[in-house]
Amino acid sequence: MGRPFDEIRGFSEGAGARPEFAALGQWLDETPAAELQRRQEAAEATFRQLGITFAVYGDEAAAERIIPFDIVPRIFTASEWSSLSAGLVQRVEAINAFLTDIYGPRKILADGIIPEDLILRNPQFRPEIVGSRPPHDVWSHICGIDLVRTGPDDFWVLEDNARTPSGVSYMLENREAMIRLCPELFQMYQVEPVDSYTDLLHETMQSVAPRGCGSDPVCVILTPGHYNSAYYEHSFLADTIGIELVEAADLEVDDDKVWMRTITGRVQVHVIYRRIDDDFLDPLIFRPDSLLGVPGLISAYRAGNVTIVNAPGTGIADDKAVYSYMPEIVRYYSGGDPLLPNVETYRCREPEMLSYVLDNLEKLVVKLVDGSGGYGMLVGPMASKTQIEDFRAALKAEPHRYIAQPTLALSTVPTLTEKGIAPRHVDFRPFVLSQPGRVKIVPGGLTRVALKEGSLVVNSSQGGGTKDSFILANNGGRS
Amino acid sequence: MLSRTASCLYWLGRYVERAEFTARLVEATLRLDALSTRPAGDAAWLSAMKVLDADIAFAATGQALTPRNVTRFLTVSVGHPGSVLFCLNAARDNAKAVRTALSREAWSAINRAWLLFHGKTSPGDTEQVLNLVAQAEAETRGFEGAIGRMLRNPSSRFIRLGAAIERADNTARLLDVKYHILLPEGEAVGGAVDRDQWTTILQTVSAVNAYRWLYREGLKPWLVTELLILRRELPRSLAACGEEVVQHLAGIGKETGNQGEADRLARDRHAEFGSARIEQIIATGLHEYLEDYLEANAALDAAIARQFRFY
Repeated sequence: MGRPFDEIRGFSEGAGARPEFAALGQWLDETPAAELQRRQEAAEATFRQLGITFAVYGDEAAAERIIPFDIVPRIFTASEWSSLSAGLVQRVEAINAFLTDIYGPRKILADGIIPEDLILRNPQFRPEIVGSRPPHDVWSHICGIDLVRTGPDDFWVLEDNARTPSGVSYMLENREAMIRLCPELFQMYQVEPVDSYTDLLHETMQSVAPRGCGSDPVCVILTPGHYNSAYYEHSFLADTIGIELVEAADLEVDDDKVWMRTITGRVQVHVIYRRIDDDFLDPLIFRPDSLLGVPGLISAYRAGNVTIVNAPGTGIADDKAVYSYMPEIVRYYSGGDPLLPNVETYRCREPEMLSYVLDNLEKLVVKLVDGSGGYGMLVGPMASKTQIEDFRAALKAEPHRYIAQPTLALSTVPTLTEKGIAPRHVDFRPFVLSQPGRVKIVPGGLTRVALKEGSLVVNSSQGGGTKDSFILANNGGRS
Repeated sequence: MLSRTASCLYWLGRYVERAEFTARLVEATLRLDALSTRPAGDAAWLSAMKVLDADIAFAATGQALTPRNVTRFLTVSVGHPGSVLFCLNAARDNAKAVRTALSREAWSAINRAWLLFHGKTSPGDTEQVLNLVAQAEAETRGFEGAIGRMLRNPSSRFIRLGAAIERADNTARLLDVKYHILLPEGEAVGGAVDRDQWTTILQTVSAVNAYRWLYREGLKPWLVTELLILRRELPRSLAACGEEVVQHLAGIGKETGNQGEADRLARDRHAEFGSARIEQIIATGLHEYLEDYLEANAALDAAIARQFRFY
């Protein structure tokens, strides 16, 4: 692990300092820590009062928590953003093309770019929907691409979230809090607004409605219910867009059409933005033991009477073993080199790579191919001997379930801590929306910050917090 | 509107109202027990629990009938489905399930009321109980205020419909349990205990001053009864609740086109109040009258559930 790059102050010896962010540095130096603390507490009190909470699985005592919010924003210049967005558009277009291909002609397998069994025998591959095509071949309408940074110009894609990425409500609520609590920063910098996200999301849902449902399709958000960890976000999005937030029990399928039960009878639904996993969509197809699903939903989807956003089966595109082939996938469908590089990834299913991983566990990050939320993960340099040995045993037993990556020196951003302002590691998740023939990205995203000193794990379930992410309308300063 | 949403809103209204009523009853009973010149003691607490239909559940806990035990049971007991804490939990659960149908103000009011009780295991001494109860009342009033400023759409109407049905239920129960105190047979009316009891009842429905304004004379049992049953000026009277139910159902009907059995039942009941006289109600038996009323109120509740497809 090399020396970390601080996005405001540069490398420790002063190299790479950012003159365009000098104003923010000065603001940090001049605003007393107690004042920053007061504002941060005010923001968190508001979040708590609004019930912007999330649940942590397996932690009954803290059934509802707010995600810690950090008052110091993170900043990208206009040119940084424009090169990032070009890379994101390219990557997401490739993901959609890949899904069309995998569930259709499978050219990429025939051409030997990816081993066939990695796809066809993957639990995330859904044979039930082979041959079905979502409207306009858009599969992953909402993608959350996790990016990390190691230097002034070095961005890496850490993960693609092509199923039901969450966190966008924090992007929006954090901005509201910042405008209220630190208005002077918006005088200092001209920040691109993010609040058009919900309109864009609604537009995206409408743009993929089934043919023949008229100009005003009925769109809904499907939530597992209010005990779900991301329920606040589901209700926030439905409320802001002005559409119904439904649970599976509110829907029924009749004659291959989906209906919702209302006080005045049933109403046909055309587009469902589902925030539940494939497994729980339809007990007739995926999980017969599930109480969450809507029986017949997949049949209605295949008949083309309802659009499911994101489409069933997109999980195959963000599987961590498939991730390791993303550079090839991007090249295959776009015909050009990937603008955003992958982090080097060792597939433990391959014997040579496994033996390298086993020899270097203390230097590597090891992840479950189908894990998320920071669970089931080893950060070698931070791990105890016992943890390393546990992982060694698990890797030997089921190597195909793991990948490994070098431990990156994630960039840091000044953060308010108990000991004043100190650097903390961050990552970044922009939300990429795919409509027929075009990809749209709101200038912003979710910055997650590892609040523990030295920690590289930013997941909220592991003690991470969030920051506002400023995308500047120019390259610094308010001109 | 989704049927489930309507059902959650309706129950949200009922639970908040129930929480407030329970808090008020605890407050009034503490007063009856502690402040009156002749402490009413066990009987006061027993009758308070009868009003809330909690006497059997309390006996089952095996605890001694002390003010402290009963107060804890009625305010912060997790296991008792009528405690203020339980009602606020249920209210917030319903509110959370329909977040999108509530204004931010309405949600944060209910969330604040919930935070007040969340994790509490003991309400503390009498002064602390009175404090807690006063805060709970303030938060539920804040919730009602927020509902009053929500759009006049089916969302706010379902909440207020639930609240009106629940309020009628509570008033009728309160009267039914205390009626023998109000209208004793063969006993001189006007002793000190009676006075305290009447005050307790009026306090529970926040009508102590209203009584003075409307009657301008000392407490008379039949007048208290008339006030709580027939006087539309008092928001917690059966007549006022009935009127409110008719209005909210009509509003929902106008906005959604859904009218039916519930509207008919509510209108019929409302019409009966127009010609009713308190002397007649007392003559034919107040207890029987209230029993019939509670039954009709439950039938109306069931008709609402059917009409709007709650289940």
